[in-house]
Order: sequence, then structure tokens, then C-alpha cells
Amino acid sequence: MAAKKLNIKDKYRLLTRDLDWEYSYADRKEAFPYEDFEGIKITDWSKWEDPFRLTMDAYWKYQAEKEKKLYAIFDAFAQNNAHLNVSDPRYINAIKIFLTGVSPLEYQAYQGFAHTGRQFGGVGARVACQMQSLDELRHVQTQIHAMSHFNKFFDGFQEYSHMHDRVWYLSVPKSFFNDARTAGPFEFMIAIGFSFEYVLTNLLFVPFMSGAAHNGDMATVTFGFSAQSDEARHMTLGLEVIKFLLEQHEDNVEIVQKWIDKWFWRGSRLLTIVAMMMDYMLPNKVMSWKEAWEVYFEEAGGALFKDLARYGIRMPKYSDIIEKEKEHISHQAWWTFYTHGHAAGFHTWIPTDEELDWLSEKYPETFDKYYRPRWELAKEMEAKGERFYTKGLPQLCTTCQIPMLFTEMDDPTQTSYRDTVYNGDRYHFCSDGCKDIFEDEPEKFVQSWLPVHQIFQGNCGGPDVGDILSDFYHMNVGVDNMDMKGSPDELRWKQWKGVA
Amino acid sequence: MSKVYIALQDNDESRYIVEAIEEDNPDVTVIHMPAMIRIENEGRLTVNRETVEEKMGRDWDVQELHVNLITLGGNVDEDDDSLSLHWNE
Amino acid sequence: MAVKAITPDYKGEVLDKVENFGGNQVVYVGWDHHLMFCAPFAYPLPPEMTFEALRTQVMPETFSLHPEFEQIDWDNVSWMLDGNPFTPQADVALKDQGIGHKSVLRFSTPDLNGYQGAGV
Repeated sequence: MAAKKLNIKDKYRLLTRDLDWEYSYADRKEAFPYEDFEGIKITDWSKWEDPFRLTMDAYWKYQAEKEKKLYAIFDAFAQNNAHLNVSDPRYINAIKIFLTGVSPLEYQAYQGFAHTGRQFGGVGARVACQMQSLDELRHVQTQIHAMSHFNKFFDGFQEYSHMHDRVWYLSVPKSFFNDARTAGPFEFMIAIGFSFEYVLTNLLFVPFMSGAAHNGDMATVTFGFSAQSDEARHMTLGLEVIKFLLEQHEDNVEIVQKWIDKWFWRGSRLLTIVAMMMDYMLPNKVMSWKEAWEVYFEEAGGALFKDLARYGIRMPKYSDIIEKEKEHISHQAWWTFYTHGHAAGFHTWIPTDEELDWLSEKYPETFDKYYRPRWELAKEMEAKGERFYTKGLPQLCTTCQIPMLFTEMDDPTQTSYRDTVYNGDRYHFCSDGCKDIFEDEPEKFVQSWLPVHQIFQGNCGGPDVGDILSDFYHMNVGVDNMDMKGSPDELRWKQWKGVA
Repeated sequence: MSKVYIALQDNDESRYIVEAIEEDNPDVTVIHMPAMIRIENEGRLTVNRETVEEKMGRDWDVQELHVNLITLGGNVDEDDDSLSLHWNE
Repeated sequence: MAVKAITPDYKGEVLDKVENFGGNQVVYVGWDHHLMFCAPFAYPLPPEMTFEALRTQVMPETFSLHPEFEQIDWDNVSWMLDGNPFTPQADVALKDQGIGHKSVLRFSTPDLNGYQGAGV
């Protein structure tokens, strides 16, 4: 009689749980030194449940299948010169942000999950983190491969890794992950595994990727969806982690809530750049940022928090502010980049009249009142041959490191200022959310590497901004940056398309 | 009751999976977007292996779903015969 | 506790202490309800600089791109320093009138409401 095939529950038990062992002669605490200091209490790791019950053999099998599909499409994309099929060369600038701002985070996630996976005492959680770590490494590799094709034809892709470590706006995503990775393993899981993966990455990898498809970028949508097929597993891991912590001990509830409050706030700040990519950088529109936010944050996140209410978990703090900000942040962010277009590693532009009308339609409460006038001014200046590039350097928020571009939600033309004094020094924030995070752990955030201050301290070369951009950031000044109009990218595109 | 959801890449395999989901969960809403198909349902949604196999005309392992999956929302329960999503509240 | 760390009594290095700025201090200046400039500006300034020098030599470099800047009646401008109403003294050094390292100065121009009156 042939051996009966194991069902997945038994297979998971044998290939995961049974790989663990007892500590007979070594001190278990020495083996897992990071497990206690955050105050999280785990009484029984065996209660950990992984609903996908994916074992290593099945993992390799399905990941290999995904890779084969993905690389077949990359080959087809390159062989058919499919970069010529994108809707508009302006679109490519969103992909430059992706490569410099997002792909390096995949690498940070890989490192973070490798560390966290090592530090958990429970074998189920360790295996799940190990798989996620490998996934994240796959994501950064496939993204670099996909975008290397664009690097042959467009400017601004050449130094993504170097730029991630130095460029002023890239300190925002970099410091976000640095914060998570320097926290303990449980906070890392609530930060990245739960808050980021469960709710926030959806906004980048689902509606934005659908937008990439709609703009003719087959390579990006394919790596995006291929990555996101792993995210579905990551989301499930994130949800299991939180349920596990909440069920293990009632003292964990308050700690977990604090982390949720922190990381949903930090995440919504980080996603400001995705908001801008959706509303301003996709020439063919799928949905507005506000609509995407309503589906993936308010509806999906709302369902999640209703489900968690039975543990005593409530919606993240400042959800009311976050809800109002969906009407504003994409416009505030694109204006910031437009006016700093001389210092960005990609091109910026005034939206077309058709695009301005689309924004009015999608944001009837705010666009014409607060944001259209900015574009009228920009057009007026451009018509006079004085394309607006701001001078000087902006004040930054100490926590999120974003320029202080956010406004009071009850007074949307007023910059939102918050500050606190710690050990005799003053620190500034864009919001109560960012201020709370600092005040909870000032010894962490006094170390913020704020690009503007680093420039003033002479740590970035210069002092001339042009020298900083070229020598310290490695941007090709006058090529990678400035307006889309008249850029080498635009000129080449016109040549390829045979238009004057 | 909140909505659970699943999104699949829009391709030949997914189309059979969507057909199977529609057959087994008659109240689902299917939303077609560029390159993806999003399926939502109040409270619960189940993908049954048997129904998918019938639609595809071949054996299908529930874990093959991972190949075409984009995202999902809800508590997951998976075994050899089905994958289901649900919210407790 | 000032940080949750595995190291007892962990202290972070203060990256932006005034000593790191080569004799300067950082001062931020923002024009209320004028969001042509997406954020307040940051300037590294000698603490001995007078307020007059800040207003007439430093600020115009960045703010004068605004179409309303030339119309400002500086006698009717109201100022805030670190969240409190403030009356600047033109010939006094910044440090001698409470404008310290990482202070925020805000000014508002009641008769000028931004481009198209829209706070831009």
C-alpha cells in the first residue's frame, strides 16, 4: 500500500513544530535575550497558530513558480521595448521614487525579519519570519531587475542605494524602517508585520500597481502583484502576531495599543508620498488617493479593528485627523516636490488642465479652494519664464523627517506647528502624532539624522546646494532633476515617438 | 458585519477560481480593476478545492492560490479542502 | 522611561546640539497662511546677528519670490516666538531677545491673505 499523503496540518506540525528542541544544558534566556525587555509576556509559544501552515518545501515550490512567471514577463517586457508603451514619460518618475524610496525598504524588511525570526522563542513564529525574510529579499531583487530595464532609457535610476542613505526626502522611508528595526522584536512585528503589512502596504501594492497596469507598465505591475502575493501571507502573519500577543497576557494589551497608535501614525505619514504618486504621477487614473484610502484604510482597517475590539483594542489614536487628511496630503506633497524640483532625483511638473479638473472632481471639498490657486500661481510664473523653485531649506519634523508641509485640519492654510523641550533643547513636529512618539522615547529620537541640519553642520559637503546634490547625493544635476518640460527624458521620448 | 475580501491577479487561472467563489458564495461582489479582480463579501468567504477543480478540470491544491493571490482581508482558515476568510464581529 | 532599550540607562547622542553647527544656531521662520512656501524655512545664523539683519538680509532671499512680499508693511506685522506673541527689537542680537537654537519665528500679515486670497 502506498504511503498516505500527509494532510497540511500534520505536515506543518512535523516540519515546523517538531524542529524545535528543549534547552537541557543551556539557559533559554541566553538563547533569546531580546524576548523580555519590551515588557511583553508570553506564557505559551505553542499556542501560536499559522493559518497558512506553509512548510518550507511548499514555500520553495510556490515561490519558484511565482519567479518563473515573473521573469518570463520581464523578458517579454525587455524584448519588446515595452518601456515605449507606458502612457506618458512623466509616469516613469513614480518608478524612480519606487526604486530609491521603497525597494531599499524591502531590503531593510529582509534584515529586520531575519533578526526578529532569530529572536522569537516560538518555532512557529521563527519559521514564519524566516519565510517573510526570504520574501523580502526576493522583492528587492525582483524590483531591481524590473527597473534595471528603465535605467537603460531614463535618467535618475543610477544610484538608488547610495541615494537612499543620503537624499533629504529619502531619509523619511529610511528612518521609518530604522526606527522599527532598532525596536525590540515584538514592536518590530506590530510595526512592520501588522500595521505596515496589514493595512498600509496594500495602498502601494494594490491600487498603485493597478494604476501601473493602467499606464502600460507591465513590468511594475507584475513585480508589484508578485510581491503582494507574498504580502497576503505577511498580512496573515501580522494578524496572527497581534492576536497571539493579546491572548497571551492581558498586560500586553496596553503595550500593543501604544505600538498601534505609533505605527499607524508613522505609516500614514510615510504614505504621503504614495498619495502623491497616485494623484499626480499616474497620467491614466484608476482611483484617487482618497478613494483608495477609504477602501483600504477606512473599510479594511475598520473591519480589522472591529474584530480586535474583543481584546480591548481600539482604533489607532488620531484616526479622526487621519480621516480628514486624506483630502489634503497628496496635494501638499506634490507642491512640496514641485517647488523643490531642483533638489529631487526625478522630474516634476504642473498638472495638465485635464488633470486639474480631475482633482477638482475627486476632491470637491478641498481642491479648488486650497490647491488649485497654487497651480495658478505656478502657471503664471512659468509663463513669465520664472518656473518656481523655492530657495533655502525647509524645517523638518523631528520624528517623521518630512518637511513641515502639513496643515491644521481645522485651518488648512496654516502650517501645523508642535514642539517640545527635552533636556534644554527644542524639538519640532508636524503633528500631535509625531510629537507623542518623540515624547514617549526622546532618547531614541534625539538621534534623528535630519538632512537639513546635517547640511548645516557641514556633514554633506557643499555648502553650495548644487555641490551637495551632485557630490553627496550623486544626482546628475540638470539631468535627473528640474522640470519634466525640456528634460533629457522628455526629449528622448519625443525622438522615440517621432514627435517634435 | 464587516466585509472580507480577496484580490487575485486577472489571469486564466484566477477566472476559474473566481467562478468557483461565485458559485459557493452567491452573495459576493466581484469588482474588475486594471489587472486584478477583487471579491468582497459580508462576514465570510470560502474557496473550496472541489469547486475549483471542477471549474479547472484538473487537480488543484489549495496552496496554489498563493501563486495568483494579491491581497486579502479577514481571519484566514486553511486546510486541504478549502480556504476561508471571516471576521468575528 | 525615556526609551525602551535592552541597554540599561541608554542615552542617545543629541545630533542637533548647538555645538555641532560651527558657531551658528538654527532659526526657523514661517509666514502664516502663505503656503506658496510649502514649509517654514530653516536658517543657520550667528546668534549675534541682529533681528534687523535677519529680516532685511536673510529673509528676503527666500521669501521675496512671493508676489505679496514687497507689499508687507513691517510695522503692522505680528510675530510669534516659539508659540508666544513676540515684539522683536530690530538692533538687538537674536540670542539677547530669546531667539535661541531651533526657535521658531512666525509672522502674520493681516492685510495680505496670499495669492488669490487663498492662503497661498
